Amino acid sequence: METDPWGFPVSSDALPKVNVDEKLGSLTYKADHHAHITLKDNATCLNKCHDKPCTTVCPAQVYQWEDGQKKLIVSFENCIECGACRMLCPFDNIQCHWPRGGFGVQYKYG
Amino acid sequence: MTEEKFDAIVVGAGPAGTSAALTMAKAGLNVVLLERGDSPGAKNVQGAVMYTKMLDEIVPGFWKDPQAPVERPITEQKIWVLSKDSMFQVGFKSEKWLKEPYNCFTVIRATFDRWYAKKAEEAGVQLFTGVTVSEGIKKDGKVVGIKTSEGDEIYADVVVAADGVNSLLGQQLGLLDEWTADEVALGVKEVLSLPREKIEDRFNLEQGEGTTIEIFGENTRGMLGYSFLYTNKESISFGVGAKLSHFQKTGIRPPDLLEYAKAHPMIRRLLKGAKPLEYSAHLIPEGGYNSMPKLFADGILIAGDAAQMVNASHREGSNLAMTAGRLAGETVIEAKKKGDFSAKTLSAYQTKLRDSFVIPDLFDHKDLETMVEKHMDIVAEGPELMAQSLYDYFQVDGRPKRDVQKAILQRLTKNPAVRALIKSELTLKNEFSLVKMGVKLRLLLWKLTHGGSL
Repeated sequence: METDPWGFPVSSDALPKVNVDEKLGSLTYKADHHAHITLKDNATCLNKCHDKPCTTVCPAQVYQWEDGQKKLIVSFENCIECGACRMLCPFDNIQCHWPRGGFGVQYKYG
Repeated sequence: MTEEKFDAIVVGAGPAGTSAALTMAKAGLNVVLLERGDSPGAKNVQGAVMYTKMLDEIVPGFWKDPQAPVERPITEQKIWVLSKDSMFQVGFKSEKWLKEPYNCFTVIRATFDRWYAKKAEEAGVQLFTGVTVSEGIKKDGKVVGIKTSEGDEIYADVVVAADGVNSLLGQQLGLLDEWTADEVALGVKEVLSLPREKIEDRFNLEQGEGTTIEIFGENTRGMLGYSFLYTNKESISFGVGAKLSHFQKTGIRPPDLLEYAKAHPMIRRLLKGAKPLEYSAHLIPEGGYNSMPKLFADGILIAGDAAQMVNASHREGSNLAMTAGRLAGETVIEAKKKGDFSAKTLSAYQTKLRDSFVIPDLFDHKDLETMVEKHMDIVAEGPELMAQSLYDYFQVDGRPKRDVQKAILQRLTKNPAVRALIKSELTLKNEFSLVKMGVKLRLLLWKLTHGGSL
């Protein structure tokens, strides 16, 4: 079986490319103008981070790399508050607090 | 709310926090329960299977409440292993689970948490929603209260941190460090609407009863994790989770994996025509016993996901949280009687957890994940190998059975992943314990056949 550099098998079937915005469309948010996620240093993402795991692992696609501007766009208003980004950023560059009380995602089912 | 003093502040109105608050309020304590969501459950995600025993101990006979937020009592539990186009299953179904006191129910957490917090309010808990706790307040090294993101300060003899897997309060107060990507799993989920009759027909259920399926194999693409499919009254909860570090390494996007799993030939037929109602994602603390933080300090206790109280191999978490919350509450009640909220007095919480099922279960499963992770090639290739073997076994192809069976065995034993597993597990130590087990069994049989008492 073919494996990737980390020893994980590479399946021949490609995964579907899901439109995450469509998924997020099923959610209710109470939007806050106050950003609860900030990057400590923009240059770190550009100069040090090659994999940018936040751009793939975030289930709400909060992080997108903008090649033209050479920077990470943080759409904090998409955030569904899982906290994964804080733990997987290799440079501990993501500061993610909670939205202010009552703001953010409002699960109707959860 | 400024400058009020309570007996206890509970942070987080999930299963752990609400259980703690309710327990304390029933004993007459003055308790405030703080929830950052607009309503309890607004930030919470679970499969969700809720076990009755632990809730029954806090709200006796809760299922008799006409407002009880339960979906379906689970009468059947199945485990599936998927290859690309096939499925192997084991399961158990019992009529016993259709009767009181039941074993477990499916629930919708947003509804459940609201109901549960209301029970706490009825017992006298003061619930404040839409309140984010930004930090704990310490005085002379003791936790004496909390500060909200709006700057209000609330004081109490003791704080119970039940603020979930992202316990920023626990971190800020130095009880725990940030989890690593190896200590948590990331789950993504959808609730999909499907008419009642369709669910019952499709899953072979009598009216009202429910089923759960845990699905391993192809659906996690070689990552350590699984999918779940739970039947609610008029919806299906379907999700997939895997270790966060594995998502990180493979670069697999969680929503892509969710759709991939949903499209598997064995799964898509069950979800056919079901309309997605809500997408969600959440971290699951799966570090277990080895990742548990310090559970108590002067003026503070920590419970539930915040304290890594999840038994992943048995899909249990909310029940551990409820028992831990109740025991935290009981500890505070005793501390209040003594008028002493020092770490020494609050350490009774840990003793209680050891005497309950919570710590023993976490302890007994502490090395399981590490052991499985040593054999990720089996996790990845095993399902396909298993499906091939079973296919050949059941397929009638004109060859003598003995030839087919020999071929199956040869293929298995020649597989590098299987060989590696055998090599690593067939150690002298393991062989010795096998012999020991054999001797014990022989002795037992001897006693049985010779009419001795056991």
